[in-house]
Amino acid sequence: MFKQKKSIAKATKNNFITYGILAVMFAGSLIWLESGAMPRQFTKLLVPLCTYSIAAVSLNLVVGVLGDLSLGHAGFMCIGAYSSAVFTNIFADVITNDLLRFFIALLVGGIFAAVFGFLICIPVLRLKGDYLAIVTLAFGEIIKNIFNIVYLGIDKSGLKIAINSSKYTEIMSADGKTIINGAMGITGTSRDSTFIIAFVILFITVAVSLNLINSRTGRAVMAVRDDRIAAQTIGINIPKYKLLVFTIASFFAGLAGVLYAHNLNSFSAGAFDYNASILILVYVVLGGIGNIRGSFIAAIILYALPEILRSVGEYRMLFYAILLIVMMIVNNNDTIIDMRKKLVAKLKKNKHKTTANEGGDI
Amino acid sequence: MALLEVKNLGIVFGGLHAVEGFNLTLEKGSLYGLIGPNGAGKTTIFNLLTGVYKPTSGTFTLDGVKLAGKNPVEISKAGIARTFQNIRLFKNLSVLDNVKLGLHNQMKYSTAEGILRLPRFFSTEKKMNEKAMELLKVFDLENEATTLADNLPYGKQRKLEIARALATNPKLLLLDEPAAGMNPSETQELMDTIRFVRDEFDMTILLIEHDMKLVSGICEEVTVLNFGQELAQGKTSDVLNNPEVIKAYLGD
Repeated sequence: MFKQKKSIAKATKNNFITYGILAVMFAGSLIWLESGAMPRQFTKLLVPLCTYSIAAVSLNLVVGVLGDLSLGHAGFMCIGAYSSAVFTNIFADVITNDLLRFFIALLVGGIFAAVFGFLICIPVLRLKGDYLAIVTLAFGEIIKNIFNIVYLGIDKSGLKIAINSSKYTEIMSADGKTIINGAMGITGTSRDSTFIIAFVILFITVAVSLNLINSRTGRAVMAVRDDRIAAQTIGINIPKYKLLVFTIASFFAGLAGVLYAHNLNSFSAGAFDYNASILILVYVVLGGIGNIRGSFIAAIILYALPEILRSVGEYRMLFYAILLIVMMIVNNNDTIIDMRKKLVAKLKKNKHKTTANEGGDI
Repeated sequence: MALLEVKNLGIVFGGLHAVEGFNLTLEKGSLYGLIGPNGAGKTTIFNLLTGVYKPTSGTFTLDGVKLAGKNPVEISKAGIARTFQNIRLFKNLSVLDNVKLGLHNQMKYSTAEGILRLPRFFSTEKKMNEKAMELLKVFDLENEATTLADNLPYGKQRKLEIARALATNPKLLLLDEPAAGMNPSETQELMDTIRFVRDEFDMTILLIEHDMKLVSGICEEVTVLNFGQELAQGKTSDVLNNPEVIKAYLGD
C-alpha cells in the first residue's frame, strides 16, 4: 500500500514541479515586463516563446506519448494561423471587443486544425514508422503550398476566392478588401496576442497533456506505443486512441498558429515550411521524448538563445550548435543520464532508495 | 454446455496449411494442454482464438457466442485473455500501470473526465488501484508496483503478464509457453501459481508448453499437434505414452 501511494504521490509531485516552473517563469517575466526594464528584444520574444512551447508540447504528445514520428506539425499551425486570421479580418468590424474576438479566433483556429488532424490521421492509421513520417511531411508541404496560391477577398457581393492573381483581380471589385494575398500571406491582422493570453494557453496545453498522460486514456496510448499486439489483446481500441491523440495535438498546434498569426503585422505560409516542423521536432527531441516539461524548457532556451547570443556577433551560430550538442548528450546519452540520476539520488540521500521509476517522469 | 467449442478451425498462409481441422471442447474450470513439436501450429491456434489471425475455415464459440472472425478487441471483451511466448509487457510503464491497463475496459470514465479531473476520475482510479494491487498481491508483486516492467526479473515478468491477462476479467485464459526460460524451481512455483489461478479465479486455462514435467503435472487433458493437424487427444498420461506422439517428438 505504501509503495502504491508513493507512485501516485510521485506523479503528482512531478506535475507540481512542472506547474511550479511555469508559474515562476510567468511571474518573473511579468514582473520584468511590467517594471519596464525588459529590453525590447526580449519583449517581442515573449509571445513567440509561448507559441513554440505550445507547438513543442503538443508535438510531444504525438512523438513521445503515441510514439509516431510526425514531420508536419507546422502544417497544423499553418491551418490554425490562416483560419483564425481570416476570421479576425472578416469580423474585425462586426465584433469590436478585441478579447472576445480573439477568443473566438482561438476556437476557430484550434477547431480547424483539429478537424484536419483528424482527417489526416485516418489514412495514417494504416501506417507505421517512416511511412507515417513521409505522409505527415507531405501533408505539411501540401498545406503550405495551397495557402501560397490562394487569394481570398471580401467585397459587397460576399467572399471571393481564386487560385491565381489574374483570376482574382477579375472577380474582385476594386473597393473590396483583400484578406489572403497569395504568397504575400495575410496582412493587417489585429495584433491581439498578448503575453498573458499566450501564457495561459501554454499552461492549459501543459495541464491537458499531463492530465491526459496520467489517466486511463494516456495509459492506453502509451500501451499502444510500447506493444501494439499486447494492447489489442487486452481490449484497447488502437485507432480510437491514435485519432484522439492526433486530434488533440493538432488542436493545440492550431492554437499556437493563432497566437503566431495575431502577433505579427503580416505573415505568409512560408513561415510554416519543413524547417519549422523540424525546428519543433528538435525542441521535442532535445527536451526528451515523452517529457512534457523538457519540451517547453528546450523550446524556450533554443528559441531565445539566438537573441541572447546577439552580443557575441558572428559566433552566434557556433554557440547555438554547441548548446544543441550538449543538450542532446545530456538528455539522450545513457551514461550521462545515469550520472544525472546518481547525482539527484545523492542530493536526497535521506529519502528511500530510488528504484527505477524515472520512466514515469513527465 | 462447454465453455469453448472449436470446430474444424483452420488457416492457410499462401499455400501452407498452418492449422487444419482443429477441434477442441473445453469444459469450464478445466486445465488443458496443447503440445507438439516446433512449428506444429500451436501459437497459430492461439492467434486464431484471440483474433490476431482470421481463420480461413471453421469456427469457434465461447459460452455459445460465435467469435470466429472477430477482431482482438471484441474477443478480449468477450472474455479470452492470453500471454505471449516472447513476453509482451508495456516495458516503459510501471508494474501497476501494466495491470491497470488490463482493467482498461472496466474503468468507466471518459477522456474528458480524465483531462478535467472530474470526481469520477478520482473515484474510479482509486477503486482500480486497489483492484490492481490485490491482483499484484496474488502474484507476490506488490512490492514492485512502481518498478518499470522492463526492470523486473524474467520470472516476475511472466507472472506480471498473467496478472495483466487476469485483470481483463476473462472466462478463458491462454498461456503460451509460460515456463519457457525458467529453471526447475521457478517452473515448480509456476505450476503452483497456475493451479492457484484456476482454483481461486475459477478460471478455464488452455496452455502451450514444451516442458513435459509441467504438462504432466498440471494438465488433465492434452491435444498433440503435428504439422498443423491433431495427432492425439485425451488424458495426459495416456497421450504422452502414445507411440505416435513419441515418434513425432523424437523421430523414428
